[in-house]
Amino acid sequence: METHAALFEQGRKRLDALRQMPPRQQESLTDRMLELGITRRDFMKWSASITALLALPLPFSSLVAEAAELADRVPLVWLHMAECTGCSESLTRADTPDLDTLIFDHISLEYHETLMAAAGWQAEENLEHAMEKYHGNYLLAVEGAVPTKNGGTFLKVGAKGKTGLEVVKEAAEGAAAIISVGTCSSFGGVQAAAPNPTGAKGVHAVIDRTVINLGGCPPSEKNIVGTLMYFVMFGRLPALDMFNRPKWAYGARVHDNCERRGHFDSGEFVEEFSDDAAKDGYCLYKVGCKGPYTYNNCPTERFNAHVSWPVLAGHGCIGCSEPNFWDDMADFEKPLGRQLLHGIDASADAVGGVILGAAAVGIAAHAVASVFANSKED
Amino acid sequence: MNQRVVIDPITRIEGHLRIEVEVDEQNVIQKAWASSTLWRGIEVILKGRTPMDVGLLVQRICGVCTFSHYRCGTEAVENALGLEIPVNAKYLRSLMMSALHYHDHLVHFYHLHALDWVDVVSALSADPAKAAQIATRYTAEPIAAGEGDLRAVQKRVQGFVDKGRLGPFANAYWGNKTYRFTPEQNLIALSHYMKGLEIQRVAAEMMAIFGGKQPHPQSVVVGGMTSIRDLLSPARLQEWKTKHDVVRDFIKRAYHADILMAAEAFGDEASVLGGVNVHNFICTNEFYGADGKHLYHQGVIHDGDLSKVEDVNPDLVAEDVTHSWYRADKPQHPYEGTTIPQYTDYVERDTVYGKLPTLDNEGKYSWVKSPRYNGKPMEVGPLACLLVNYARGNEKVVDAIDSFLKETGLPLEALYTTLGRTAARMIETEILADECDKIFDALVTNLGSDDTLYVKPNIDPNKEYIGHSFIEAPRGMLSHWVRIKNGVVENYQAVVPTTWNAGPKDANGNIGPYEASLLGLKLEDPKKPLEVLRIIHSFDPCMACSVHMMDYKGQSLGEFRVGPSAA
Repeated sequence: METHAALFEQGRKRLDALRQMPPRQQESLTDRMLELGITRRDFMKWSASITALLALPLPFSSLVAEAAELADRVPLVWLHMAECTGCSESLTRADTPDLDTLIFDHISLEYHETLMAAAGWQAEENLEHAMEKYHGNYLLAVEGAVPTKNGGTFLKVGAKGKTGLEVVKEAAEGAAAIISVGTCSSFGGVQAAAPNPTGAKGVHAVIDRTVINLGGCPPSEKNIVGTLMYFVMFGRLPALDMFNRPKWAYGARVHDNCERRGHFDSGEFVEEFSDDAAKDGYCLYKVGCKGPYTYNNCPTERFNAHVSWPVLAGHGCIGCSEPNFWDDMADFEKPLGRQLLHGIDASADAVGGVILGAAAVGIAAHAVASVFANSKED
Repeated sequence: MNQRVVIDPITRIEGHLRIEVEVDEQNVIQKAWASSTLWRGIEVILKGRTPMDVGLLVQRICGVCTFSHYRCGTEAVENALGLEIPVNAKYLRSLMMSALHYHDHLVHFYHLHALDWVDVVSALSADPAKAAQIATRYTAEPIAAGEGDLRAVQKRVQGFVDKGRLGPFANAYWGNKTYRFTPEQNLIALSHYMKGLEIQRVAAEMMAIFGGKQPHPQSVVVGGMTSIRDLLSPARLQEWKTKHDVVRDFIKRAYHADILMAAEAFGDEASVLGGVNVHNFICTNEFYGADGKHLYHQGVIHDGDLSKVEDVNPDLVAEDVTHSWYRADKPQHPYEGTTIPQYTDYVERDTVYGKLPTLDNEGKYSWVKSPRYNGKPMEVGPLACLLVNYARGNEKVVDAIDSFLKETGLPLEALYTTLGRTAARMIETEILADECDKIFDALVTNLGSDDTLYVKPNIDPNKEYIGHSFIEAPRGMLSHWVRIKNGVVENYQAVVPTTWNAGPKDANGNIGPYEASLLGLKLEDPKKPLEVLRIIHSFDPCMACSVHMMDYKGQSLGEFRVGPSAA
């Protein structure tokens, strides 16, 4: 609790500091909410839900509410690199409609190629203006991997013909914090899968700064919005795991909170997609679920306003929030069990590799034992 | 003297697109070039992987038309293996495809394209009471267009403007003379922009019900679908239907009405009355329906001649790379193609913004290839789909088009315009919204006696397989082509809608739909080329899709060392 008290104190100081800054908008959030027909009660409910999502004690919800009211002081620059725009699409699925529109209005979105009205020369002016005027104060979100081979020429952006690599480096220089949204900007993603023809890399690999990695292909809208809010509240990065993913979102294995976990423990498995066992909601491990090796909050938060998540739809997790999952977790419809994950790199990742690898062996043993314990196999 | 205009990034699209045009002294476009400035090399990555992973991997070509490649890739493998999937799986894929079309078309019109038609600043001077009256001219039951709704929207946007902080609306081309809506009409459309943000979420949720999530659903597998629990749950089925009703309501009471309003206001705006300069159109079968037939039928039209429709012959597709950043001797059929990247750098020259690196239009200038059908460029997309089906006498399409032309008082020729291309997208969506209930009912009826959703595929590692699949994605005809050998992917290629439309000039000097659409267009101010954006956006560009998979024939591209200026 002491840690929480210290964190609360830091959040409080941060908000006080923000309050001292000259406002960019004259009208208060409360007035604007009234205009939009959002009651104070709705707002507090939303704050409480975000607090729960961040795995913080309830008293923090007052901080969340205050932070939202001050959030317009944080300009956001969002860059697109080698990507498919799925992460931007995910952002637009944020689930409490009135309020996420509010956040959209409320964070000052200085540059976002998919959403901004300006184009071409004028769009580039907006980017340059934001980087100069808010130097040291803007949040930088990056979607997509950075191609590095052939001098980075596999991606060029803007009338001045800069490479993606140049654009990211320039924007990172003046950013208050950097968030890699999605597996591509975090770890390279699909274009970095073997043999990685363009030398695609995660943002952290091309700049010399700490980067928050929001793994997921794409990450859920909640993981994106929650991370932005954390920065606004505390003015610093959230606690991160060994892959620099926020612990509040990526702290637990998919397997641990899975709705089918009971069937795993009972040795009840789907043998073939949509078979009778699938109709009964049995465990998907034997048709390839990678939930045991994957850290994310999909089972508890789900996607699209809690509508569903892949395991509910009868397909195993493919491990999309993990580094190198396109190679390490393939082939996706077969159990992994036997492999050591992340153990191939002789880097700091190897530590994680050993941990995950040990877990993998354990899972395999568990699953095999369960299968034999259950004489369902014919 | 002619001047060059560089527009990069083209915003409000998927991916990275650069357009360059040359204007004469009257600011009329004489030449135009389209370039995709990103290559990801996904084709190389597919080699040696299990065909079962193909769908999930190719899905990552695009997160906007997120279901298209997933389904098309999976169906190409099914076609190669000779698999007939259960009818329930066909229906479910149709329902998910419909959710994609709703989502994609609504987001395109309201959030990507609308700001080319709607002057946000002008909406501030509107009279909300008058606007509410005007809204009833285009539908008897307007949505989010009552006086109170409109007043609230106006107040909200006024807030933006007063504080001088326009956020995503900053530094755009407000006030351009080719914005033709009255302040009241602008306000109605702006209100629908806001409401559309909410509706697109619902459309995405429709897909998530059977797909687990959206974007990038995860329930389509070679042999059928995995979402059996959702299929067999009456609650889930009703959830789909309820959301479908919400979306259809918006399509009819807002989307349809707004297109009528645009047709009226822009009916004499020269900059939107051209823009269709490649008169060859191609589309494929889509939306497997109740009677085992498709809602839309495949076909090819040449030179705008609606009296003749040919069947699509897959053998006649080939791709040219004369002006693309790849090396090849001649146009290649998808099964035989190669991809050898050959990047050449920009060329510095004078532009309206001063000296800039520009496309080397005499040489290679895009990562997009140029697909040709029997040697000819083709336009694909909703307009192509509707024209082919109109020419074929597809009753639902003929009725919808005739009724639209009657409502607007426009002649059939008006469809061959930027305005027509934008209207076609709405008409395609509305026909689908009316048909989709029947697909849903057919599914429910079939479930009464059959709940099969999947058949297990079998790949013999000693056999070679070859297969392809055509689907009508939101942006037009998409095809995937696969070869399987030793139980793994030997060769893969996708020929994508935006590739058909955005490809550069070919060896014979034929230009594609994007470049052709801009010729003869007069710009109000070459430094603020709104008219170009409006035309290019009417195609709904999807660039990550367009730079697609090709054969690698044993080439390890990772070993290529192409200098920035190597020719």
